[in-house]
Amino acid sequence: MSEQTSHAGDPISEEDGDPGQYHLRLYVAGQTAKSMAALANLMRVCEQHLAGRYDIEVVDLLKNPQLAAGDQILAIPTLVRRLPAPLKRIIGDLSNTEKVLVGLDIRPRDPPAPGKP
Amino acid sequence: MTSEHTTASLPKARTGIDGFDDVTFGGLPTGRPSLVCGAAGCGKTLFATTFLVNGATLYDEPGVFMSFEERAEDLSANVASLGYDLDGLMAAGKIAVDHVKVERSEIEETGEYDLEGLFIRLGYAVDTIKAKRVVLDTIETLFAGLSDAAVLRSELRRLFGWLKDRGLTAIITGERGEGQLTRQGLEEYVSDCVVLLDNRVEDQITTRRLRIVKYRGSAHGTNEYPFLIDEQGISVLPVTAADLSYKVSNEIVSTGVESLDAMFGSGGLFRGSSVLISGSAGTGKTTISSHTIDAACARGEHCMSFVFEESGEQICRNAHSVGLDLRRHLDAGLLRFEAARPSLYGLEMHLARMHRDIEQFRPSVVVIDPISALRGPEVELQATLLRMVDMLKARGITAVFTSLRTDGAFGQSDDLGLSSLMDVWIKLQDIEANGERSRTLYVIKARGMSHSNQVREFQMSAAGLKLVDAYIGPAGVLTGTARIVQEAQEEAAALRRQQDSERRKRDVTRRRQSIERQIAELRDSLETAEEEETLLLDEDTQRETMLTIKRTDIARRRSAAE
Repeated sequence: MSEQTSHAGDPISEEDGDPGQYHLRLYVAGQTAKSMAALANLMRVCEQHLAGRYDIEVVDLLKNPQLAAGDQILAIPTLVRRLPAPLKRIIGDLSNTEKVLVGLDIRPRDPPAPGKP
Repeated sequence: MTSEHTTASLPKARTGIDGFDDVTFGGLPTGRPSLVCGAAGCGKTLFATTFLVNGATLYDEPGVFMSFEERAEDLSANVASLGYDLDGLMAAGKIAVDHVKVERSEIEETGEYDLEGLFIRLGYAVDTIKAKRVVLDTIETLFAGLSDAAVLRSELRRLFGWLKDRGLTAIITGERGEGQLTRQGLEEYVSDCVVLLDNRVEDQITTRRLRIVKYRGSAHGTNEYPFLIDEQGISVLPVTAADLSYKVSNEIVSTGVESLDAMFGSGGLFRGSSVLISGSAGTGKTTISSHTIDAACARGEHCMSFVFEESGEQICRNAHSVGLDLRRHLDAGLLRFEAARPSLYGLEMHLARMHRDIEQFRPSVVVIDPISALRGPEVELQATLLRMVDMLKARGITAVFTSLRTDGAFGQSDDLGLSSLMDVWIKLQDIEANGERSRTLYVIKARGMSHSNQVREFQMSAAGLKLVDAYIGPAGVLTGTARIVQEAQEEAAALRRQQDSERRKRDVTRRRQSIERQIAELRDSLETAEEEETLLLDEDTQRETMLTIKRTDIARRRSAAE
C-alpha cells in the first residue's frame, strides 16, 4: 500500500529516492551454515516487515571475489542495505532479529506504518 | 655453526632496506608472516611499504598492501615523499592496495560471523597480481571495528596460518601496547619474526631505533639499531660492519702544510686514514683542515666538509686570511660544505645524513669540524663515531676530524677514546708564557709511519701555515717571543763568551809581552855588567903589565948602576 503511494508520489526518485523500497545485498561465501542461516533469517525478517517492498541479491564471493572490495566486505555473512541510503552493513547470521531491524532501520511495528496518510 | 646451518636452511626475502638485510642476514623469513610493531609514528607503515615497493621493483615479487587505516590515495601520497611511485606500480600490476574500512558505527553485528570476506579479498588481490608479499597494516584496527574479540582472534590465527599455507611473505604491523609488544598480543600469533620499531626522544632529540625481538630459526643481530627515514627511504645502520677488512692504500697524500708533511716519515698521510686534530679553541684546527681541503681540491679530488659550528661561507672567508682560496673549489664543484647545528638532529640523523651525502658526492677527503660538537648520550656517541669512522674507512676516504678535547677523548665527561680509533693524531696546544700564547703542534701518533716526536711551533700568516722548530734547550721548550728572546739571549751570551776569551787572550799576550820586555831589560843590564867587568879586567891587566914593566925597568936600572 505504502509502496504504491510512494511510487506514485515520488516520480523523480525512481532509482534511489523510493524510501519504501529496500534494496538488500547479502554477501556469502559458499553454502556455509552461517550463510544459509543468514539468508533464511533475512527472508523471514523481510517477509515479516518489508513484505513486497524489498529485493534481495545474494552475492557469493567465492564466485565473484572481486566484488568484496567494492562494498568493503570483511565479515561473512554481511548484509548491505544499498537502499534506502545511507548504506548500512549488518554482519553475522542475522539471528538477532531485533538488531537486524535496528540495522536496517525498520521500525519493528509494521501495522501502524501504512496507516499514515 | 648453527647459525650458518639455519641461515642456509631458512629462505629469506630481502627487504631491500639498507642495513636491515645485513642485520637479519638476508631479510624476513620467506613465506611466513613477520610482525613489525611499534608506537605511533615509528615508521611501521613506511617500513612495510618499503618492503613491498622494493619487492616489486628490485626483486620482482609483487605485493599486496592491505591497509586498515589509510586509504590507497593517502598511502601513495604519503610514500611519494620517499620517491615511491605507488600509483605507477599499481597501474603496472606490481602492487595492489586494498583499503579495508572498518567503521564501527556502520556495522551492526547480529549473530555469528567470520572474516571470510577478508580472506577472499586478500586472496583475490594476491591471485590477481600473483603476489609474493603481503602487508597488513594495521590489522588490530579490526578490534576497534568489531566487538567479538574471540572471533577476531581465532580468525587472525586462521589468517596467519592461511598466509603461511600460501607461502606469502607477510608483514603485519601492530601498535605497541601496554606491557606487551602489541595491543592485542599479535605476537602470540605471529611468532616467526618480530621486529620492534622505536622512536625515542632523549634530550629533545629523537632517534629511531629498530630491534629484532625474535627471529625463529635464524641468527640475527640482537642490538638496537638506529634507523633513519628521510626522502630516500629507510636505512638501518648496523652498529659496525661485520669486520675490519678495509682495503688499505699505500698512497701518500699531503696534509696541505708542507712542513707538517715533513713531520711524517713518509712525507704525508696514507690515503684513507683517519686524522684527529685536537686542540682547544683558537689553536688552528680549522685552519689546518682548510689546508688539507685545499690540497685535496688542488689535486682535483672531491672534498666534503661537515661543519657544525660555522657556515661554509665563514670558513671560506677565514681561510682567505691564511692565503687559501677555497671559494674557487666551491665554484668548481670540488668542495661541498654541509653545515648544520649539532642539535638540529640526533646523532643517528647526522650520521645517516653524512652517509647519504657521502654516497652522493663521493668525496675522497672528508672533514668533520668539530666532531666534539656532536652531543648525545656517551654510549651513543661512541657507537656513532665508530660507525662514522667505519663508513669512511670502508670507502677509503681520508677523514680529518677536529676535536676540542685536547686529551683525545670524545665525550663530555668520560674518557671515550676517540684517539684510539684514529690513525693519526695531531695535537695542537697553546703554550702560554710571559703574557703570550703561542701555538704548538705535536704529532702524537701516526700509524704505519715514523713521525717526528718533536714539538713544532706553528705560525699562521697571510702566506699560510708554517711550522717552526721550537726552541729546545737547557731552559726547556720555548716558543713565540720567548723563543726569540731566548735565542737573542743565547746569541748575546755567545758574543760575551767570545769577547771574554778574546780579552783573556789579549791579557795573556800583554803579560807575555811585558815579561819579554823585562827579560830584554835584564839582558841589557847583564850586558852592561859584562862590559863593565871586561873593562875592569882590562884595566887590571894593564896595570899589572905596567907594574911589571916598571919593575923590570927599575931592576935594570939598578943593575946598571952597580
